[in-house]
Amino acid sequence: MEIPKTFLGYKREDGRTGTRNHVIILPVDDISNACAEAVANNIKGTIALPHSYGRLQFGADLELHFRTMIGTGKNPNVAAVIVIGIEPKWTKRIVDAIATTGKPVEGFSIEGVGDINTIARVSKKAQEFSIWASEKQREERPISDLWISVKCGESDTTSGLASNPTVGNLMDKLEPLGVHLCFGETSELTGAETVCEKRGKTPEAQEKFRKTWSSYNDFILKEATDDLSESQPTAGNIAGGLTTIEEKAFGNFQKIGGCKFIDVLEPAEEPTKGPGLYFMDTSSAAAECVTLQAAGGFNLHLFPTGQGNIIGNPIEPVVKLTANPLTARTMSEHIDVDVSKILSREMNLDEAGDELIKATIRVANGRLTCAEALGHREFVMTKLYRSA
Amino acid sequence: MAGTDIIIHDEKDNVGVVVIEKITPKQDCDCWIMENDKSVKIQSMDEIPLGHKIAMTDLKEGDTILKYGHDIGKVVKSIKKGEHVHVHNVKTKKW
Repeated sequence: MEIPKTFLGYKREDGRTGTRNHVIILPVDDISNACAEAVANNIKGTIALPHSYGRLQFGADLELHFRTMIGTGKNPNVAAVIVIGIEPKWTKRIVDAIATTGKPVEGFSIEGVGDINTIARVSKKAQEFSIWASEKQREERPISDLWISVKCGESDTTSGLASNPTVGNLMDKLEPLGVHLCFGETSELTGAETVCEKRGKTPEAQEKFRKTWSSYNDFILKEATDDLSESQPTAGNIAGGLTTIEEKAFGNFQKIGGCKFIDVLEPAEEPTKGPGLYFMDTSSAAAECVTLQAAGGFNLHLFPTGQGNIIGNPIEPVVKLTANPLTARTMSEHIDVDVSKILSREMNLDEAGDELIKATIRVANGRLTCAEALGHREFVMTKLYRSA
Repeated sequence: MAGTDIIIHDEKDNVGVVVIEKITPKQDCDCWIMENDKSVKIQSMDEIPLGHKIAMTDLKEGDTILKYGHDIGKVVKSIKKGEHVHVHNVKTKKW
C-alpha cells in the first residue's frame, strides 16, 4: 500500500498540527472543577477537563502536575485554552507557559470573586474563543506532523499475537516518514527490560532506560506488600490467558515493531530530539498513561486491547483495535479496527498494518473514534507521592 | 489457511496459544508456527479457552516456559503435553 503523504489537520501558531480543534476549560486544581464544568455547560464548543489534584503538591510531584497541565494546553489538538484556578499565582504560571505556543489562552482565579461571578466572566471569554476556533479550517499537512502515542490495555494473548504486532507494523512503516512515536508503560516492560534496553538507539538512551526501569522496580520492591502478582497481570489479563508479567511484557513490547527509541522522556515531557520513537516513563494504567502522552504533545493515540478496555481522552483521539474475535463481537461499539482475522489467518500482519494506517489517517482527518462518539474523556493526573 | 486452532510464536517455544473459541479434551488440533510458517499437530488433554496456552511438550517443576522465544516464567507443578498452562502451574520469576 502506498502511504498517503498528507492528512487534513489544523495548523497551529507554533507550526505543529492538530487532529482536533478543541477549546478547553482547564481547572488548575480540584476545587475549580465546578466552575470549569459550569462554563463548559454554558458555552457550546468547549470542554472542561476536571481532575482530582492540584493542591498542596510539592517537589517533583508538583512539577509533574504543572508539566501535565501546561502540556495539555500546548497540545496542537487544542485551539484555545481557559485556565481557572483558586488563586492567581499557579494559574498564571500555566497560562504563561501555554502562551509560548502563540495560541489564545486566558487565566482566571476564583478567590475574592466567587464561583458565580467567575463563571460569568469566564463564559464571556470562552464564548469568544469558541466562536474564533469554529472558523479554523483543516488543511493539507505532511504525514510527519502526526505524533502517535501507543499503549495497550486489558491485554490478553491475542494482543501479543496480533493487535500489538499490528501497531508494530504501523510503526515500522511510519517511522521512515518522519512521524513522532511514543510508547510507555514502565511497569509492564518488567520481564522484558533487558531486551527493551537493547532497543535504545544510543548508549545514552539505553542507560536512561535502564535507570528509569530500575528506579521503578526499586519503588515496587519498597512499597509492595508481597509482589505485584495481584495487579500485574490484572484479573482481566489472567482471564484472557496471560499468566505472568514476563509474558505480558513480551506481548506489550510487540507494539514498537523493529523500531529503536532515540530518547527516554519524563512523564508528560515533550520530545525534542526530532522524529522517531520515544519511550516515556509512565504508569501502565490506561487513562494516566494516555493523559501523560497527550501532555507530551502527541496528537493521535493507538490502543490495542484484548479483553476490551474502553478508555478515551478529552483531547487526543484514541483509536482502538482488537484481535480478539469475542471482544470484536461483544464490544463492537468500542472497537475502531478489528484485526481478529489475523488469528484465523485470513489476514496477515502487513495487511492489518495497512488497515490500521488507513484508520489512523481517517481519524487524523476528523473521523470520530468510537471512544469520542461514546463521550470517553478520561483525564487523569499521575501522582508521584502524597501531598503536603 | 483456515483451520488453525493453535498459534506458536517461535519454533523453540514450549507453549502455544488457542485461537479458536475453545478446544476440548482429546481434540486433534492444528498448530501454526509463526516464525517459520510450519504446521504441527497436537492432541489436547484439557478444555482450553481462546487465548489460553497449551503445553507442546511434557514439562517438569522448575522448567522454563518459552514464548516469543523468551523466558516468561517457571513451572511450579508438572505439566503434561496437551495440558492447559496457566496460573495454576506456572509462576513469574520476578518479584
